[in-house]
Order: sequence, then structure tokens, then C-alpha cells
Amino acid sequence: MNASRTAGLLIALAALMVLTVLASIRFGAIDFPLHQMWSSTAAVLAGRTPDTLDGRIFTELRLPRAILCVFVGASLGVGGTLMQALFRNPIVEPGLVGTSSGAAFGASLYFVLGTALHVEQAPWSLPAAACAGGVIATRMVLALAESGNDGRASIVMLLLTGLAVNALFLSGIGFLSYIARDPQARSIIFWNLGTMSGANWRAVAIVGTVTTLGTLASLAYAKQLNALMIGEEEATYLGVNVRRLKLIVLAINVAIVAVATAFTGVISFVGLIVPHILRMLRGADNRYLIIASAIFGGTLLSMADLIARVALRPAELPIGIVTSVVGVPVFLSLLRRRQYVF
Amino acid sequence: MVEAQNVGFHAGKRDLIAGISARFAPGQLHLIIGANGAGKSTLVKVLSRLLKPAGGHVLYDGHDIAKASERDLARRRAVLSQAIEVAFPLTVREVVMMGRYPHFATRPSAHDVAIVTEVMDFFEVTEMGERSYPTLSGGEKQRVNFARVLAQVWQPLSGQHRILFLDEPLTFLDIRHQIDFMKKVRSTVIGGDMVVIGVVHDLNLAARFADRLLLLNQGRMLAEGTSADVLTPENIRTAFGIEPVVTTAPGGGTHLIFD
Repeated sequence: MNASRTAGLLIALAALMVLTVLASIRFGAIDFPLHQMWSSTAAVLAGRTPDTLDGRIFTELRLPRAILCVFVGASLGVGGTLMQALFRNPIVEPGLVGTSSGAAFGASLYFVLGTALHVEQAPWSLPAAACAGGVIATRMVLALAESGNDGRASIVMLLLTGLAVNALFLSGIGFLSYIARDPQARSIIFWNLGTMSGANWRAVAIVGTVTTLGTLASLAYAKQLNALMIGEEEATYLGVNVRRLKLIVLAINVAIVAVATAFTGVISFVGLIVPHILRMLRGADNRYLIIASAIFGGTLLSMADLIARVALRPAELPIGIVTSVVGVPVFLSLLRRRQYVF
Repeated sequence: MVEAQNVGFHAGKRDLIAGISARFAPGQLHLIIGANGAGKSTLVKVLSRLLKPAGGHVLYDGHDIAKASERDLARRRAVLSQAIEVAFPLTVREVVMMGRYPHFATRPSAHDVAIVTEVMDFFEVTEMGERSYPTLSGGEKQRVNFARVLAQVWQPLSGQHRILFLDEPLTFLDIRHQIDFMKKVRSTVIGGDMVVIGVVHDLNLAARFADRLLLLNQGRMLAEGTSADVLTPENIRTAFGIEPVVTTAPGGGTHLIFD
């Protein structure tokens, strides 16, 4: 009975995602009528390059952007679920262990130094800089948290070290935008607010592969993460190797969040509120929550991207502004409804 | 049979426990008593292998547990700790099902589900099965966790004794729930194949319910035996720094009164 209700909810969430993605493909600076969506998609699937400008906008901009949104949202949702379970704390974001701020710092460094070093021509350099920044920052958090406590990072140590390292990288970003010249400074600001405008099929392929693999890998650890929710000691007594679980889950989170952030910039609040809303619907079992947060994270980010594109059309808002404007009131109302254990 | 051979554990340079050797037989309730900081919880954590002893060995049925796999250990040894808080809306049934986690890979078998149903009936938590764990009272939470822990080691094993640790299980329970809990423990363990080792603070509860007592003082074993052997005025004075009057309880056991 319970399993079938969970399955029903997952099907409903998937249906909502499909509708959202269709709307996100249909509307934007240019609206595509349904028949044109079908014929253009059929053309893409048949491997033909459209000859009209509208057709090219559809296949080279609109479609990859909509799909990239789904994967990035999924990675943020799954990352949020993983981090909240790992830290046993519902107010944790996937960027807590330094991943997002490190990625943002890497990207900012690229904007400032890229021109000087003449690396800006290489299409890979921005995502690579961001990804490296995210991995380095997370590695730093882990190393610092482990150094104090005979080699075992307690959850509280990780949390506090994450806060400190985040603050360090954010001030680094502040410094870089302070010394940057005008076009670079604008790039830094835009990137730190998150943007889907760089979407292309290559980004879809990379983010899609990493997110799918990361989500599948997380599912294998869902049961152990459940046990961890009742405490580190209790999980150990239930046969979980807690230290190993922490390292694996942190690695999965870094992979999916750093790669997604590398292509889209820092998108806040999705990873925080997606697991919350889903827990209210169907409880905290991670076996359900991981799948659902992949689907619902993708849905929410698609909605946000749609709003970002149509609110001021033909101009575009940074998507991070939309997620924050929608996310903050939701977050505050969640805080008022429940009491949290820290 | 659980056996401690000269085990010790230290934090930094300070010995939390040292030189403790003891044997714990199945079918009896063993309770560890002692003042705050005497090393009671540390001893339980070393015996249950949450902590690796700095010296000495812990043996289950004659085998050193230092190298046992987490999963093998979890299938025969369960630990009930004090006051478990969860920040997430897990249902009571899911928390009890966690006791079966060491026994299945991804989905619980019909057998696991049957055990959970049986244990929940035994602890009278069936009616709250779909309630969210964080909304329960302290007494209800403890009952749910006891059900979870017993679900973990519900079935007798062939050739091995099951082992249950109770690490200060009475904390935050009112007196009625304390007595209920100890009665439940006795009804589950007595004469069975389970080794039960617990830590309690209340000496009179310990005297009333334990088969064997182990008194710790500053990380070392001061006395071991029946309550009459252990709860002597001299031992109490040494371990707790307080003068007791040893009397006889209405049921016939040792009872302490403190001035």
C-alpha cells in the first residue's frame, strides 16, 4: 500500500516534469507553436539540421537549454538530499562543503585572468576552472575538518569548516570583482547569480551523464543514509561503515554539484527546498527521496528558467535571482512551520 | 558469552578505562554501575566495538571481534542508546525496520516485515506505526528504539549468542516507564541465549533487576557479582563518596537509602 502510494507520487511528479519541460520549450523570447515543436524535434531526432532561423534557435538554444535545466536541477536536488541526510540537518545546502563557492571562485578567477593568459578561446576553460575550484574547496573542507579530530571528521566539524571555507572563497570572489575591469566584473556577477544561457548539447551530454551516474550511485547508499539519520553511532551499530559512507556521499555530491555549477553558475535554494517539499509529501525515506528530488529538482529549475526568460522578455533574468526570490519565502515559511534540531 | 580481556581505552593521555577483565554469560541481565566519569559508557562502547580498545581484547563466543565485519557484527549485536533524536519525518515503522537493515540488501523480505510486525506488537507501538518519529514523547521514542534494536537481533542464531547492549536506556524516562522498561528487558532475556549488558544510574533499580552487577570506579573494576556482593557500604563509599544505609527491599533484595 505504501509502496504503491510512493510510486503514484513519483509518476505524478514525472508527469509534472514533462508538462513543465514542454512549457519551457514552447515559451520564451520566441514562442514555438506545438506543430513546430514536433517537426523540429523530429528533425533533431532524424539528425537533420534545420534551415530556418527559428528552427536553429529551437534546436541549438531552446531544446538543449530545457534539457540542461532538468539535469542541473536534478543534480542540485539530489545533492541537497544527500547533504541533508549526511549532516542530519534539514537546513543544509549542497554547497555547504564548499563546492559551489569554490566553483564560483574558480570561474571568477577565469574571468579575471583568462584574458591575460589567453585561455578564453578554449570552450572548456570556464567549466574546467569552475569544476577545479569546486573540487579543491571541498577537498580543503574535508582535510581541515579531519585534521583536528584524530583523522575522523565529525559532522559538526565538517559543517563549521564548510561555513568558514565558504566565507573565505566568497571574500575571494568579492576581491576579484573589485579588481576586475568592467566587462569581466559583469561576467563575474552574472555567473554568481546563475545563468542557463550558456547551454549547448555538449553541456547536456556532460551534465546529463554525471548527474545520471551520481543519482544511480546515491541510490545504492540510500539505506545507509537512512540509518545515518538516527545518528552516527546508531548507524555504526546497524552495520554501516560511517567514515566510508561520508567520503563516498561527499564525493558523489562534489561530482554532481561541481559539474552542474561549472556550466551554469551558482544557483541557490533549489538544493535546499526540493528535499523539504518532498519530505512533506511523503516522508524522509531516502530511497524515495533521491529519485523524487532528481525529478522535482529538474521540474523546479525548469519552472524558474521559464520565469527567467518570459518575465522581462525579450530580456532575461539570471536564474539564480528567480530561485532566490521564490526560494526565500518558501524557506522562511518552512522555518516557521517546523522546529529544527541542530 | 561476551568476554573482556584486560581492555583499556584512553582519550589523549587520560585513561577512561583500564585493565578490565570480565565475562558476561547469556540469559542473565548484567548491569554496569558507577559514578559519573567512571567509564561505564566507554566500557559499553568498547564491548560493542564502537570504540577499538587501546589494549586487550573483546571476545564474542571466544572469537576476537577486532576484525569482524560491520555487517556480521550488526546481525548478532544490537545497542540501545539514550534519547535518539531525528530531525526528519521518518515513520515509526521505518525506524523499527532499520533494525532489519543488516539483514537485507535493498528491499525487506516478507520475513523482515513479519519480524517488524511482531516486534511492534510486542512493544505496543503498532498503533503509532504511521506516525512521524519526531512527534513522539520521550517514553514513546524509547519504546520505538527498543523495538528497533530487538528487531535487529530478534532471531536466535545457530552456534552464536545474540548480544544486546543498553547504554543508559533509562535517561529521560519517568519512573513508571523506567520500571516498565526494566520488566520488559527481564522478560525478553531471562534464560534465553542473549547476553544482555546495560548501564544504569539508579543503584536501587540495578539491585532489583540485575542478575550480576559490575561496579566501576575511575575506569577500573571495583567489584563484580550479585547485588549483595557488590552493594556493600564500603564499595559505595569508595565509588560514589557517599554513605549508604543498606537495607532489605520488601521483595527481599538489597535496597540502599542515602542520607
